[in-house]
Amino acid sequence: MRCEEVVDALPQIMDGMETADRKVVRHIETCLRCQAELVQYRKLFRVLHQMRAQGAKPPPGTVGRILTGLEEAAERGAIRSALAGRRTAYVAGLTAAAGAAATAGVVVVVATRSRGGKVGQVGWPLGGRRPQAVGSLAGAILTRSPQGQ
Amino acid sequence: MGDAAELVAMAKSGERSAFDELVRETYADTYALAFRLTGNEDDACDVLQDAYLRAYRSLKRFRGDAAFSTWMYRITANCATTHMVRRGRARHEELDRDAPVADGRIDGDPEAMAGVTLELNRVAIALQDLPPRLRAVVVLRDIYDLPHEAIATELGISEAAAKVRLHRARKKLRERLFPTRGERQAEERARAV
Repeated sequence: MRCEEVVDALPQIMDGMETADRKVVRHIETCLRCQAELVQYRKLFRVLHQMRAQGAKPPPGTVGRILTGLEEAAERGAIRSALAGRRTAYVAGLTAAAGAAATAGVVVVVATRSRGGKVGQVGWPLGGRRPQAVGSLAGAILTRSPQGQ
Repeated sequence: MGDAAELVAMAKSGERSAFDELVRETYADTYALAFRLTGNEDDACDVLQDAYLRAYRSLKRFRGDAAFSTWMYRITANCATTHMVRRGRARHEELDRDAPVADGRIDGDPEAMAGVTLELNRVAIALQDLPPRLRAVVVLRDIYDLPHEAIATELGISEAAAKVRLHRARKKLRERLFPTRGERQAEERARAV
């Protein structure tokens, strides 16, 4: 086995990403160069692990700035949700009003026709022929469609 | 206040003070990671702010499989990547080799710690000299013990790519810190050119 192959695999083996087979172990036992590399990687990993506890200190006032940022974000969120609530109520109101207006219109048409009014005047298609089903709101809507004939 | 899991539960139920407490408990560690990933104080502060805002907004999605601090590391890694790309620093980062390395939390007897400090500073400088994309994987894996899968996800690369980067980063660090005679000669030749 060549040193390059062993050295290349060393960090992965130490990390547990690869397993050291017997050939690699036997090579390291007899090769001073690979032993030296193993020691170097061990040292590197040890120092890297120590670095977690030796990190850079945050500058003064950092936590205050984070908390202020969160406070502002929370306020913005509250305003947004309040606005979203109002928008929903506004849209719901508009929809209800439009629905009521449409229903009222249909009721007027149906009432006019059931009293025997001149159907042609309200614009029935195909020469003003009277629709067949007018007993219900759904029927009135269906029969007003040009394909209803 | 109680432990982190309890604080997370309280924060999830809408208690802002609980989230503030989580920030106070974790920000120093999270800052250290942000600093390691970005390489300077200003960027680290920006990343930190962004990371906690993101955590606050997505707290409901935190399942608690890992510790809150580990979850913060992941978010920080993601924010740092986005930040570095946005600033276009990944390609032409200028490194000030004379800048002091901010490893200032070593306590205890100064004499006893001198050797350790020297080693830590050498590795810290070697880390800063790595290209940011290589530095990120080695910091997240070898300093913060994040699993390969999490690293790949937060950096937006495949797991295989993350492993390749890790391999390159470790090799470069080893060469920089313990150069063989051949590697030293090659470096001297490169400097001379």
